[in-house]
Formats: sequence, structure tokens, C-alpha cells
Amino acid sequence: MDTRTTAAYDGNALAGPLSEVFAVEVTTAVGRCRGCGTSSEVATFQVYGPDPGLVGRCPGCENVLLRVVRTPDSLWLDLSGMSALRVLMPANSAAESDE
Amino acid sequence: MARAAVSGGLKVRRTWRPAVVLERRQETPSASTLSLDVPGWTGHLAGQHVDIRLTAPDGYQAARSYSLAAPEDGDRIEITVQAVPDGEVSTYLVGDAQSGDSVEVRGPVGGWFVWRPESSGPVLLVAGGSGVVPLMAMIRSRDRVSQAPFRLIYSVREPKDRIYDHELRRRAAEDGGLDVTFVYTRAAPDGETRPVGRISLDDLVSHSWPAEVEPTCYVCGPTGFVEAVADLLIFMGHDPTKIKTERFGPSGP
Repeated sequence: MDTRTTAAYDGNALAGPLSEVFAVEVTTAVGRCRGCGTSSEVATFQVYGPDPGLVGRCPGCENVLLRVVRTPDSLWLDLSGMSALRVLMPANSAAESDE
Repeated sequence: MARAAVSGGLKVRRTWRPAVVLERRQETPSASTLSLDVPGWTGHLAGQHVDIRLTAPDGYQAARSYSLAAPEDGDRIEITVQAVPDGEVSTYLVGDAQSGDSVEVRGPVGGWFVWRPESSGPVLLVAGGSGVVPLMAMIRSRDRVSQAPFRLIYSVREPKDRIYDHELRRRAAEDGGLDVTFVYTRAAPDGETRPVGRISLDDLVSHSWPAEVEPTCYVCGPTGFVEAVADLLIFMGHDPTKIKTERFGPSGP
């Protein structure tokens, strides 16, 4: 019997809240776990929440990779569980214009 | 406001924008489709979702995330919402929203659980309950432009819970490139030969693609359902990097 607690959501649920602070779609970015070194797409994080905030855990070792907490005047973003976040970004993307 | 873009044209919308309810259609006893007019909407991909925010007269706000159910259509978007017991947003959207009501929308968001119409490879869709919504957006998008063969396996508790029942049957009958199989977990309609029960390896072997075909697999539903199906697909030999999952919470069929 698997005794792990099952996450209610996955990283797809982070797309909306994170779109408030990131200029690019960040659920396709790849985060590297500071604990076990696993690299995984943000969309595949195990996510708990939504209250008091969203917590994203590593699908490899369940280490906390990210926390997002919205307060009335701020959005707190704790990325201390990740040693890197690789965002797919073609060289010309900065030149793409808004419609 | 300047917006950044990533490859594939996915642009992030950072602001809440006003939207108006155009229509509410009952899909099942506990699910409704809402059409919304969102002025300035600039398109989306099948599988993306939106966040919907409601504001009470006293200023209290609540936001929830819902998958887009239909392909791009100007300023008009559609979501299909399953009522969650005591859900403060879903109960309003499913049962009370009226044409002309105002809500706020943020999106489209999400770029991982998406299907692009230019892809031509075979696709396996596995839905649990209202997890069918983003998969329906993929089926409807495919209809317009792509010849990619699709197979949908759709698990529901009982016949009355089938969202998009008639449309799925019509599309499957008219379109040789789309197969639809229903799996019933608690009660099956007359004539159904499969015993009721949770989706199994037999169901996937009988109605999905063999791993050798290398389909892209999209699995959406309650967390336990998604994890069980993803494990079965990996057991069948599917490439884990071609299995895309979206979990929407602990409850379900």
C-alpha cells in the first residue's frame, strides 16, 4: 500500500497565479530540485493548496520546490527548493511583438 | 501593458479582464457549459485554462481555474463546470449564472497540457469525470484542421454523468479518425457488456493505442484517476515523456 499523501493538484494549477509575476508561460519551464537533483517541468510538480498558499513539491523526492502565497497587497514567491529554473526561450522571442 | 511571448505563440495574460455571461447550458444534472464574451480575447490552444473570479457585493473575491472547452472563436470562450459540493464558485456557475452577469477572467494560462492542431501524430485521450473538458477542446480543435487520429476513453460513474454525450457519439459516428469508449464505474446503461468498475489495464489495452504507435497521451481527471492511468500507460510501455497529465483535485468517479 502506498502511504504517500496524494497531492490534490499538479503544476498546471500554478499557471494562473504565476502568470501574475512571470512574463512567460512558466509551467513549461524545467525546475531542478535542490534536494535530489531531478529536473521536472513545473506542470508536473505535485501541488497542494490552494490555502493558505500553493505548495509545489518535486515529483522525484517530494521536496518543497516552490511556494506561492497571495496576500491582499503582495504575492510571495519562495523558490528556495530549486537550484535552477530553465525557461524555454528562443533567441528571437524578445522581438516578437504584441498584437 | 507589454506582454512577453514564448515559442508557439503562448502569451501570458497577467491581468484580470471583465467578461459577460452570454449563455448557460446544462450538460448533466451537475455540470453546465458557460459561454462568455471576453472583449479583446486573443485566442488560445486546446488544453489551456482560464481563471474565473467572482466578486461579492461586500468585496469578497473567489477565483477558480477551469479548462476551456471550445476552440478559439473571436471574443467568445466556453468553459464547462462541474459543481463541487459547497463550491462557492462552481455552484454559482453551474446553477445560477444568467445571461448578462459579469465575471472576471484571467488567461489563457497553461502551456504544457496543450494540443496543437498542427500536430499530426496519434493521440490518446483518457478522461475521468469532468476531466473530459480540456480533451473535448482538443477533439473540437482537431475537427477543424487536423487529420491526427484520436481515441478517447471516458470514465464516468453512470450514464447521466456523461458530459457532451450526444456530441461525442455524433462525432465518433461521422468521423473515422475518432474513437470514443465509455467506461462506467458504478452503473452502466442497458446493453453494456463491460462490468462496472474502475478503468483497468484491459480497458486501456482494448481501446487505446499500442505503445509501438507512440501516441501522445493526455490524461485528465481527479488525482487518483490520473495517477492510476499514468501508471498503467507506463506499464504498457508508453514513453513517460509522451504522457501529459492534469489533476484537478481529490474527488471524482
